[in-house]
Amino acid sequence: MDDASATDALQAEMDETQRLCIRLRGDWLLQGAETPSRGAFLNLLDEFPGTQILAFDSEQLGRWDASLLIGLDALTRAAQARDVEVDARGLPDGAQRLLQLARAVAVREDAHRTAPPSGLLASLGDATLRLRTTATELLRFTGELVFSMLRLVRGKAVFDPRDLLLYIEQTGARALPIVSLIAFLVGVILAFVGVRQLEQFGAGIYVADLVAIAMVREMAAIMTGIIMAGRSGAAFAAQIGTMKVNEEIDALTTLGIPAMDYLVLPRTIALVLMMPLLSVYAGLLGIIGGGLVALAMLDVNVMQYMEQTRNAIDLHAVLGGLLKAVVFGGVIALSGCYQGMACGGSAMAVGKATTAAVVMAILLIVVTASALTVIYTVYGV
Amino acid sequence: MSEREKLIEVRDLTIAYGDFVVQRDLEFSIDRGEVFIIMGPSGCGKSSLMKAMIGLLQPASGDVWYGGEPFWSCDEESRRGLARHMGVLFQSGALWSSMTLAENVSLPLRQRTALSAARIAEVCAWNLALVGLSGFEDYYPNELSGGMRKRAGLARAMAMDPEILFFDEPSAGLDPVSARLLDELILELRDSLGTTIVVVTHELASIFAIGNTAVFLDTEARTQLAVGAPKEMRDHTEHETVRRFLRREAPRREAVIDGAGA
Repeated sequence: MDDASATDALQAEMDETQRLCIRLRGDWLLQGAETPSRGAFLNLLDEFPGTQILAFDSEQLGRWDASLLIGLDALTRAAQARDVEVDARGLPDGAQRLLQLARAVAVREDAHRTAPPSGLLASLGDATLRLRTTATELLRFTGELVFSMLRLVRGKAVFDPRDLLLYIEQTGARALPIVSLIAFLVGVILAFVGVRQLEQFGAGIYVADLVAIAMVREMAAIMTGIIMAGRSGAAFAAQIGTMKVNEEIDALTTLGIPAMDYLVLPRTIALVLMMPLLSVYAGLLGIIGGGLVALAMLDVNVMQYMEQTRNAIDLHAVLGGLLKAVVFGGVIALSGCYQGMACGGSAMAVGKATTAAVVMAILLIVVTASALTVIYTVYGV
Repeated sequence: MSEREKLIEVRDLTIAYGDFVVQRDLEFSIDRGEVFIIMGPSGCGKSSLMKAMIGLLQPASGDVWYGGEPFWSCDEESRRGLARHMGVLFQSGALWSSMTLAENVSLPLRQRTALSAARIAEVCAWNLALVGLSGFEDYYPNELSGGMRKRAGLARAMAMDPEILFFDEPSAGLDPVSARLLDELILELRDSLGTTIVVVTHELASIFAIGNTAVFLDTEARTQLAVGAPKEMRDHTEHETVRRFLRREAPRREAVIDGAGA
């Protein structure tokens, strides 16, 4: 049968007994020429308002598939809703049976989900409400972690020391290359900026103070923190999230092994131990990077630069930087593990959890860094 | 096993996710040493009931009693104590994917018992042999087929010698022969070790082959419709839903369009 154009594929004719006959012609294939849509079928009932009986003629119908059934289903349902009698005998047997099958299970009204309200205001409100629940949940999570630590102190935690060593290696030793590179370059950048400005006042040597203080007090901890958030925080969220999806966490729980002790505790301890070490190392590399720039661009020698640096930093500055690193370590581990444990049940959810972990960690790092700097300044530390 | 001892009692249990009640007013008991089936159509809340029984989902009301002790209304420490007598085989096996089979099976032993490393290795090898996985100690879960993963999960669940074993859809995703072998293994565990076994399933062949007692949960009524021996339920139940389910009958289609469905 040749392809019928859209107009003669579907035709309707009303006879004097108010019987509306739908004439179907040609091939009705989703992949073929375009055929009338669901709307075209529904329009027929409006075109012939007085219809009493709906009948079909499929004498000239060729091959057909869902494209025909979609229209027929809509039409017969609409007809029945208007108390029009449907006489389906004129349809191919297969089509009759499939239409029947589509009605075998009634539409579950409660299964339909109402889409959440969209729009700028709605999503703003939604985000605000979510922020509150996240904050309470994060607090609860922190509390559970504290209890888990207390169990560890009393020797009652279900904890594998080998895991701790593994995470120390992963978060500490393996992060050295990237931390070295970034810290060195941050030192170089600081020195470049400093040399340009300070040289104007003939105070070029003070670039050593600038680099040393900035690195030791602030930049080393922050840069290491941001690297670790992307490296370890994301890894924690992905590891724990995937375990959640595969019911592996449930398996731990039913075997009497609290996920808090077994999964969260070693990761947190490893990161809290490694962050200050990495941060000190980053500070050192930053100072070396800055020093090389100063030596190249200024008229100073190594001894002068080292002397200037040593006078610039004191123990307070170093301890202040270390404290920050410890806090950042805790914040990163907490974000990663919390987002992993809060992960939903799909592959998509693991990706979301990982993103959320990094965003949350960086946000918290910046907020706590500012808070600590303000506190240090106020108390003159 | 002449005297029947009630090991597990589910009393007035309601399971809900937030406001959405999945099942309510569940009330049944499980005898020591029997195979108990939780059955019902897909999505009726079978797995949720199991989660409530093993401590993964807090019920909205009611409680599960193990040997006369309430599970949910006691403190976390004693709950963990009760859970120590349970083993669970999850639907997908839920093996820890970053560990080898041997590490999977021995982790609970290493963490929860004071056994020596050599002893743990023996127990681990024995359990793997029991499920037909000898020699796979150093394989990772992703290197195994679905059926093997499930059996490895069973080896892990059995490692602690639990009094009660829970199975979530044991035959899902298995070929008929493997499913049959798993059924036989379940019966073997009951007969030789006296383990009480709770199985969540909708496989009719399994239900009739291994079930001593069963509870039928319904999606529409959101509660249990019948408790009893599966075969008796099939032949004598007054509930049409239960009969249809157990006889594998489709609901009769009503003619919605003239000329069809005759």
